[in-house]
Amino acid sequence: MNVQVEQKIAFSILFLCTLLVVVPVLIILVIIFVKGAGALNLGFLFEMPTNGMTEGGIFPAILGTLYLVLGALFFAVPLGVLSAIYLVEYSQETVLSRIVKLAIVNLAGVPSVVYGLFGLGIFVLFLGFGASILSGSLTLGIMILPVIITSSREALESVPQSFRIVSLSLGASKWQTIRHSVLPHALPGILTGTILGIGRAAGETAPILFTVAAFYLPKLPQSMFDQTMALPYHLYVISTQVPGIPETIRYGTALVLLLLVLIMNLAAIILRYQFRRRKKW
Amino acid sequence: MVIIRIKGTVMIETLQKFSPAIVSHKMDLKLEAKTVNAFFGKTQALQNVSLSIEKNHVVAIIGPSGCGKSTFLRCLNRMHEVAGGTMNGTILLDGKDIHENDPVNLRRRVGMVFQKANPFPTMSIFDNVAAGLRLNGMAHNGHIAEIVERSLQQAALWNEVKDSLSKNGMSISGGQQQRLCIARALAVNPEVLLMDEPASALDPIPTAKIEELIYELKKDYTIIIVTHNMQQAARVSDETAFFYLGEIIEFDNTKKIFTAPSIKQTEDYVTGRFG
Ligand SMILES: Nc1ncnc2c1ncn2[C@@H]1O[C@H](COP(=O)(O)OP(=O)(O)OP(=O)(O)O)[C@@H](O)[C@H]1O
Ligand SMILES: [Mg+2]
Repeated sequence: MNVQVEQKIAFSILFLCTLLVVVPVLIILVIIFVKGAGALNLGFLFEMPTNGMTEGGIFPAILGTLYLVLGALFFAVPLGVLSAIYLVEYSQETVLSRIVKLAIVNLAGVPSVVYGLFGLGIFVLFLGFGASILSGSLTLGIMILPVIITSSREALESVPQSFRIVSLSLGASKWQTIRHSVLPHALPGILTGTILGIGRAAGETAPILFTVAAFYLPKLPQSMFDQTMALPYHLYVISTQVPGIPETIRYGTALVLLLLVLIMNLAAIILRYQFRRRKKW
Repeated sequence: MVIIRIKGTVMIETLQKFSPAIVSHKMDLKLEAKTVNAFFGKTQALQNVSLSIEKNHVVAIIGPSGCGKSTFLRCLNRMHEVAGGTMNGTILLDGKDIHENDPVNLRRRVGMVFQKANPFPTMSIFDNVAAGLRLNGMAHNGHIAEIVERSLQQAALWNEVKDSLSKNGMSISGGQQQRLCIARALAVNPEVLLMDEPASALDPIPTAKIEELIYELKKDYTIIIVTHNMQQAARVSDETAFFYLGEIIEFDNTKKIFTAPSIKQTEDYVTGRFG
């Protein structure tokens, strides 16, 4: 009897803790949905803000985030995937390769505001790109690099060694082996990491704060050397810096950002699930 | 089954009739290993292995587990270096040192079949056979379908799979998968075929099929087969090499190895007194 009571208590505590994890997420989601859903319409998504951002849409912020995410991917995906290929397929277990791997793990733990300062120092000031889409993309790119390298490495490592051995024994070169017998099987995993990277790049404020984000711009950016508005920073601005912004606009903006990140994460989860299920080895 | 048995007997008789004659002829050497030493880091897996293999012969390699049989095979197509090992000594293919050339070229000429059937699990039967051609860019010559059919026929698998070429390579039986792997190795048109216990995971009937196949393939290829099965070695090979602790103890005509070996260790091993 005693044992059973003990078990019940332990179980209840575990259950409560689990519930406590889920509850805030649900509350946040519900509040933002309820308060923001009213603002959601095509006009809100595709129009410029008007009247000191108290009316109109958030198109420039959405477009800016899109530019920044694409820019970040443009830098981070090739670099990340190629260095993962190097680490997994070419490098021996040397001190150097271990240091590189350690650096990547640590890079993932660096606070995002540090990336922002780094971007400010290197891209904005030292390289003279100024506060621009280019600087912001590069900064975000470096921030998501560890995510992409780590997931690409895992994806490559999960491809069975026998694929490589058979391929080489058939007279394929090392590169042909990687290109045709390894990469195709690692692709879903690499894609998953990329999507997670998109979610992270779209949502962070600190890295773009000093490197690209504009408070308010009357027109859309014309080149990659222009500043741009972006969703997370725009949300910060209209929530704390400008008085008198209607609540629906604020929550609507939050909802758009949240949906963007959630959809990305969901896509990554589905992809990973499909990959695991289809895997035949 | 009966037919296969009869063929097996005929095969051994033919072999016994002709092998001594062939050996006494002028030797046409396909592969020669001269004082090969192979290492994994500091541990030595092969010691002073020398072996000459004649063209269109089948050589069986026997010996207890861990004696270096697979390592020796991997030295012959330079997969030993892929496995992380090093070697010294000389290996000649048609009289030319295999280390003087690109391993990629060598491996097209010296194909390999592995112990465990390992078709590419995401590919169809057809694509599995064509894999080698596509991988090393031989695909553009437009004869893929022809080559696939020819290879499957050589591997005695064509009749069983010709209507299901688009089915997954893993959807067929273990014995068929192993013959698929043989077809895959044959498709790139090698001259030598290395087989590392190709039938060890198979039941008697598919094993007999593979043995029959080896006998057929011998006309066009030089074959080196590692096996744990003494009867198999006796049935399929012209010469047999007995490896022990990384050294060749005895290498001779198969009949001699199994009936009158000159070294006591060999006799003990083939009669099952150790191993
Ligand atoms: N990748 C490896 N790394 C280190 N040592 C290895 C490796 N592969 C084999 N060895 C060692 O080399 C020796 C020879 O191994 P090998 O696989 O050639 O033996 P084998 O005769 O094929 O044995 P089996 O009949 O069990 O397949 C063994 O002592 C083994 O432990
Ligand atoms: Mg072995």
